[in-house]
Amino acid sequence: MAARRSRIPATKYPVERFTLDNGLRVVLTPDRSAPVIGVAVVYDVGIRSEPEGRTGFAHLFEHLMFQGSENLEKLAHFRHVQGAGGTFNGSTHLDYTDYFETLPSNALERALFLEADRMRGPRLTEENLRNQVDVVKEEIRVNVLNRPYGGFPWLTLPPVMFDTFPNAHDGYGSFVDLESATVSDAADFFRRYYASGNAVLAVSGDIDVAEATTLIERHFGDVPARPAPERPDFTEPDLTGERRTSYTDELAPLPAVAGAWRVPDPITDFAAYLPYVVLAEVLTDGDASRLVERLVQRDRAVTSLGGYVGFMGDPFDVRDPTALLLQAHLPPGGDVDKVLRTIDEELDRLATDGVAEGELARTQARMATHLLRDTDAVLGRALQMAVLEQQRGEPGLLNDLPRLVGEVTDEQVRAAAATLRPERRASIEVIPGGGR
Amino acid sequence: MTATAPAAPRALPPLGPNRRLKLPKQAERTLGNGLTVIAVRRPAVPLVEVRLWMPFGRAHLARGAMLAQTLLSGTRTMSSVQIAAELQKVGGGLSAGIDPDRLMLSGAGLVTGLDRMLEILAEVLTDASYPNDDVATERDRLVDRIHVARSQPAHLARTALLRRVYGTHPYAVQTPEPEAVRAVRPGVLRTLHAQRVHPADAVLVLVGDVQPDRALDAAEKALSGWNGAGHTAELPPAPPLEPGPLLLVDRPGSVQSSLRMALPAVPRTHPDHAALQLANLIFGGYFSSRWVENIREDKGYTYGPHSLVEHSVAGSVLVAAAEVATEVTGPALLETTYELGRLATLPPREEELEQARQYALGTLQLGMSTQAGLASLTSAYAGSGLRLEFLAEHAARLAQATVTDVAEAAARYLAPARAVTVVLGDAERIGPQLAALAPVTTEPARP
Repeated sequence: MAARRSRIPATKYPVERFTLDNGLRVVLTPDRSAPVIGVAVVYDVGIRSEPEGRTGFAHLFEHLMFQGSENLEKLAHFRHVQGAGGTFNGSTHLDYTDYFETLPSNALERALFLEADRMRGPRLTEENLRNQVDVVKEEIRVNVLNRPYGGFPWLTLPPVMFDTFPNAHDGYGSFVDLESATVSDAADFFRRYYASGNAVLAVSGDIDVAEATTLIERHFGDVPARPAPERPDFTEPDLTGERRTSYTDELAPLPAVAGAWRVPDPITDFAAYLPYVVLAEVLTDGDASRLVERLVQRDRAVTSLGGYVGFMGDPFDVRDPTALLLQAHLPPGGDVDKVLRTIDEELDRLATDGVAEGELARTQARMATHLLRDTDAVLGRALQMAVLEQQRGEPGLLNDLPRLVGEVTDEQVRAAAATLRPERRASIEVIPGGGR
Repeated sequence: MTATAPAAPRALPPLGPNRRLKLPKQAERTLGNGLTVIAVRRPAVPLVEVRLWMPFGRAHLARGAMLAQTLLSGTRTMSSVQIAAELQKVGGGLSAGIDPDRLMLSGAGLVTGLDRMLEILAEVLTDASYPNDDVATERDRLVDRIHVARSQPAHLARTALLRRVYGTHPYAVQTPEPEAVRAVRPGVLRTLHAQRVHPADAVLVLVGDVQPDRALDAAEKALSGWNGAGHTAELPPAPPLEPGPLLLVDRPGSVQSSLRMALPAVPRTHPDHAALQLANLIFGGYFSSRWVENIREDKGYTYGPHSLVEHSVAGSVLVAAAEVATEVTGPALLETTYELGRLATLPPREEELEQARQYALGTLQLGMSTQAGLASLTSAYAGSGLRLEFLAEHAARLAQATVTDVAEAAARYLAPARAVTVVLGDAERIGPQLAALAPVTTEPARP
């Protein structure tokens, strides 16, 4: 069959950037095709920056940012966003924390007011702190402790792969650390990391650039200037020998395994990094991908398989050190060693023989669809541009990603596969406890 | 303490004028074989979304689940890998899913690949072959997936609630037994396909960077050869809720309890629907609801409580769900009953209603602002015999509902006396707390 290559399309979202006197960086990307907007504020602090003895603090603090601010009572933020017809949330990542809302465009000024108010100062009270510690504990119970495979692999694999506290600890946090968090810890964290100079604001959708600029200056202009703190170096040396561990999950009915290999620096060596992002898809995207075809369909050695770059599946908004991950669930009595050996074998084959005709092009076409689909929502666009601005000073990269993915060559994918050796691999096995 | 001392308070900026709900350009055609095709234009990104809704009521549970699992496993000319690869070439993908109402094929791809996606779709619909090896592989995978689902508290709580609410109705059991799945053979799937996968009463929705008329032509060209006289099966109406003792489902060792309540609801076209939707929002249907503000933001009992009106072909039901800490399971139920009772007996405040109304209207705009959102909305509506125009009517009803309308709807549908309640958790620890509030029947967790 001839490998007719689909043309990889691109978006042309306009990008306006400026920086306020207090150091807040702003990205605007207008699109008047629907009367809705996305507003995102991203702070350059995440799980990796939380202090020892305070595991889970970055995420707990994210909750506190919704508990009232200078001019807003507790609950007011939620009511004002939803009462304007919008939805909101926040999330904590390894390298950043985001706060966002998407609303009908007549609520632009209201959204800016709300974000500016908490950038000036959240209401950090003992009562709100204790309440949100309880809420976060329930969040951990529902997502980790009371369900099978909770935290696998994003919480369970990093401690195998990494040695330093910032990279290896549990980002959801231990109950002991969460309970011992104090209001003064929170105030310190805010002063240090939630500085205007450490933040990016992005607004997308149905806006007029001049009007939005005026409103942003009006609401954020007098947020007191504080510089960004220096970001520590979180680098760790690559593995020189295979690392492997296992644990019993009492709730899990079936075995599972995840393995990961370090990849080049996503920021400083993007050209070397990108082939790994493509490789993950060549290996795992759908029934026609290498490992699904081999392990699920041919060998029946696993029942499901996934792969991606970045512990949270976020290849374009993570800094070094990060990894390419593969994870699989096995049938009852499945053989984890054999699965890992087969993965090694397929990686060898790819490194030796390269991709088949048309294999790379079709993977790239589908990656383009995923990228375009994610940016179709105005909020998806604002969030990604905010992080691209923060980590790279290059929000317009969003428009280029489908093309750049499409330019990765057979040879680059092959070379990337050749580096995924067993001796550089960290893996973790879930031993089923039989279920309850 | 505050991080910075407050200066003179700043006033919340007012909202600008509401933007009118604008329906996108669309076209519709019913093909000679009975397939309805709806095409909607939203050119924001060069993609197209595909949703094919086929009525599938009263199908055999295990066979239906296996059919969805293997529909894309091969045709006479293509293997599963070839189907996936051919779709991938045009940036596309398809997946199949099933519920007691319908079989659904969904996907998206580059708009330049629309014709090719439709061709492959047609080939699968008219020529799916259910190859022996693939069926065997997928059978084992489905069985494993069922075992994993059965280890999830949310699944077990849902299973218990469905059984309690629906009794002998086909909706009562929605996950097949592993043994029944193991018994499914390819021949049975081919028969089921011939009987039930046909275009009569099916609706294909295409949304994206397309000219609607051209998209209809493409669909007609690809799919007019899809035929096969089969049958459809009417579902009996869902039975009315029968309140009774609280059902406590024992899952020893649980560190959380799963609280579920079912309450009566009405279909989208019912005159009470808009008022009920607003009453539900005020109770627990969004974050700024009484229930969330009470049991999460005030008391810290739970992370994500929510309530939702679920619409199915045979009836609608309102379901409230919260995962609460084991030690406060009784108090959480008490507060839930309190909030339902308060709304059912006292009218909401005018500003509460306005806030819920703005949320309902705003999220309609947001739901229509992406290709995927529009496709899902159009398809869900079409499944109830409605078109996008209904959005405008519904928005008008939301805009007009008064405090009295909402209070009446709350009294009619949200009264705690009408609720069917199921709690899954560690019975030894939560049983006494619950028994203090309601008569309780206890049973072990069953899959």
